[in-house]
Amino acid sequence: MMMLNHMWIVLLLPILGAAINGLFGKKFPKAAVNSVAVGSVALAFAAVCELVREFWLLPAGSVPWVQSYYTWMVAGETTSHPFRINFALQLDQLSVIMLLTVSFVGLLIHIYSIGYMEHEGGYYRFFSYMNLFMFFMLTLVLGANLAVLFVGWEGVGLCSYLLIGFWFRKKSAADAGKKAFITTRLGDLFFMIGILLAFWTFGSLTYGDMFGYAAEKMQPDTLAHPGVLTWIAVLLFIGAIGKSAQLPLYVWLPDAMEGPTPVSALIHAATMVTAGVYMVARMNPIYSRAPIAMYLVAVVGGVTAFYAATIALTQTDIKKVLAYSTISQLGYMFLGCGVGAYAAGIFHLMTHAFFKGLLFLTAGSVIHAMSGEQDMTKMGGLRKKIPITYWTMLIATLAIAGIPGFAGFFSKDEILEAVKSGPHASLWLWAVGVAAAGLTSFYMFRLLFLTFFGKPRFDEHHAHVHESPLKMTIPLMILAFLSIFGGWVAAPKLAGGIDYFDRFLRPVFTRYAPAPAVPEVASASGLSPGMQLLFAVMGIPVILAVIGLLLAWWFYIKNPDAPRKLARKLHGVYVLLLNKYFVDEIYGALIVRPLLWLSTNVLWHVVDSGVIDGAVNGTAAVARESGGVTREMQSGNARSYASWVVAGAVGFTMLLLAFIGLAVR
Amino acid sequence: MIVPLIVFFACAALAVTGAILLILAREPIHSALSLILVMVSLAILYLLLGAEFISAIQIIVYAGAVMVLFVFVIMLLNAGVEERTDFSKFAKFAGLPLGFFLLIEVARWMYGASAGSAIVPGADAFTQAASTRALSAELFRKYLFNFEATSILILIAILGALVLARKSQ
Amino acid sequence: MIIPTSYYLVLSGVLFGLGVVAFIFKRNVIAVFMSIELMLNAVNLAFVAFARAHQQLDGLVFVFFVIVVAAAEAAVGLAIVIMLAQNRESLNVERVNLLKF
Repeated sequence: MMMLNHMWIVLLLPILGAAINGLFGKKFPKAAVNSVAVGSVALAFAAVCELVREFWLLPAGSVPWVQSYYTWMVAGETTSHPFRINFALQLDQLSVIMLLTVSFVGLLIHIYSIGYMEHEGGYYRFFSYMNLFMFFMLTLVLGANLAVLFVGWEGVGLCSYLLIGFWFRKKSAADAGKKAFITTRLGDLFFMIGILLAFWTFGSLTYGDMFGYAAEKMQPDTLAHPGVLTWIAVLLFIGAIGKSAQLPLYVWLPDAMEGPTPVSALIHAATMVTAGVYMVARMNPIYSRAPIAMYLVAVVGGVTAFYAATIALTQTDIKKVLAYSTISQLGYMFLGCGVGAYAAGIFHLMTHAFFKGLLFLTAGSVIHAMSGEQDMTKMGGLRKKIPITYWTMLIATLAIAGIPGFAGFFSKDEILEAVKSGPHASLWLWAVGVAAAGLTSFYMFRLLFLTFFGKPRFDEHHAHVHESPLKMTIPLMILAFLSIFGGWVAAPKLAGGIDYFDRFLRPVFTRYAPAPAVPEVASASGLSPGMQLLFAVMGIPVILAVIGLLLAWWFYIKNPDAPRKLARKLHGVYVLLLNKYFVDEIYGALIVRPLLWLSTNVLWHVVDSGVIDGAVNGTAAVARESGGVTREMQSGNARSYASWVVAGAVGFTMLLLAFIGLAVR
Repeated sequence: MIVPLIVFFACAALAVTGAILLILAREPIHSALSLILVMVSLAILYLLLGAEFISAIQIIVYAGAVMVLFVFVIMLLNAGVEERTDFSKFAKFAGLPLGFFLLIEVARWMYGASAGSAIVPGADAFTQAASTRALSAELFRKYLFNFEATSILILIAILGALVLARKSQ
Repeated sequence: MIIPTSYYLVLSGVLFGLGVVAFIFKRNVIAVFMSIELMLNAVNLAFVAFARAHQQLDGLVFVFFVIVVAAAEAAVGLAIVIMLAQNRESLNVERVNLLKF
């Protein structure tokens, strides 16, 4: 029972690593920095494993397991609604899944980074920030109330900024960091208002208190009557829109590719951007009672999934394609949560961490092999040269495309099933989701084929194409394994059995659910398991995925000229997609430039220079002027002094006369 | 007994005239002589008040020594007509009105201050009491310390004047 | 005929006021000194008048000391005036303005 009583150790280890590397790392040799950084994450992962083992042995009544460590804030103790926030950590099935995913994938990426960042400057700074990020992400996941979650939320945003702008001397990197922080800040504003509203409604921010209150004392909102629950859900979701890069606040994620590739893998694929999904899943009792909010979540998720996929079709930078792919896949996760299939959304979160993390790491491996080149049009024919990278990327691509047998198929299929025929089904959203799936397959195979197949489009003799070292390829292989088998926990359902993942998470989503839960029955159709499996595998999403693969093969292997001809024929569409629908430009003109104008001309010139400086300088000027006037008295002229003396005497005399009463007669 | 009254008004007029002449004189020597006039008339007034000793002291010391010193200095420095400068605006515009205002106030105040005091008839009684003998007795008994201190003060003044005068050479 | 004390006092006040006016009005250093002497004399008159009115000798003794101190002050003051005249080549009070800001 040791870890359960000391959950804080999980948080202490990474922050200790960050502190040691941050404060002393500059003087350490690289090996020492590595050991501290990777060691702290490895130990944290070990602590998580122990925690999970102990959790497994807990009786059902003890879950969720909450540990409160100290009172963080307290106000208004004597009133009827005291404000109390404790620093408390909570462990339940959902946090277990998140903890395992975050710490294991984080560990693999840390190991990978040792190889990737070998020749970079600021080595210790990188690992310090990465450890700091792990600390905040684990805080976010372990928090037992919205306040601790928010600490983690903001903290990962900070680390994201620091890591995106890691090469801060490069202007584009620094700008990208700012863009990320400011855009997510906008979302966070609404998030904070949501938190305030939640406290105002429930009187507490602890999950148990909030959900208990909502379940017992409140009526669920309906589609026709949005109440405070809807408002809370919507406001919190806007924060998630920013953090998880959905429409319209997604613009920071493609720019965030300026950061080193391990950063993109860890933060912008596997963990930070999924914080929004985790939040929605965690707050499921609220969302389940706010149908309008759920619909909003589903619509935003679905539309974003499709929208981002269309942009990814034309991008030439390998990391940008993956960035838009991440936005699209996050859309799927929100789509799943939005139709009530929270477990499916979390399942896709987990598998996505595996295959998207793998995709970014392999892309990093490619970039490493190509000595920094990121443009796919300048690659090609790398299949034989970097085989390990090729095979692992192939596995990841198959997974993300939803080809049966790989992890992505199971999770995507579950979501689309729920959208089609779950309790909150919506046919048009299903169509959007399926279309996005087709596009996903196409552009991912396009990426694969452009990079690894065909004739090399670069100078083979000058480039030094080499496979990455073991430190980098072993994590690739482990993630590839997970990208295949990581989804198999749900496999039995397709053959008429039970989804074990769903069953594991069931208590989290049914404990405070408004309506009676959908019973966990094996599918009731009379078909045999084999036939059921066949039907599942031959579903429309799969068919579209295969079509996507074939189309990509046609366009990029069989007829390499075809893309260019098509682009010429559909020139307008092509330009629109290539320029990301000009969204950045629109935002720039509508929001950024007026804001800058306002800042410069009003706040700077008028308020700062005019009012504030004016007041300060004005005070000094008044002092100077009045001093200037009064110093005229020191003329050095004795007659003047004599006159002043007499004036004083007159005044004094008047005073005395007034007091004594010998008035002027 | 109207004679004292006439004497009083004559001396008063002389004193005031002397003061006004002091103000209006263009050369300092004229101011000095006007001041001597004032002092002499005041001495007569002291006699009228029955303070003989003080009257004598006034003539001997004040008019006879201090004013002579003034005249010596004027002659030494060859002080001529004073130049008309008006560097001080305050003195130019506010000085005179203030001065006259003070004059009027003080005069009125003094007038009122005497309200409680009765005039004792018979100057002789006071004259007798204020004789030199009585005054000196007072001086050397009640005010002995002050007297001695004053003598030291005079010594310091002499020394100071000597030092200053020597330095100027 | 009895001369009321108030007459003496008014005269004293008038002389004092004139002394103040002279103090402001005159530009010659020595004249300013003389105005001070005038003021002192006026005060002496007041003292003697009060002494007579209250039938006490203390006023007269005070007058004695005033005269002595005025003499000492005149001596030292005129020595300074001499130095001043030699330094600044002028007896104009307004020319002594080295303490100007």
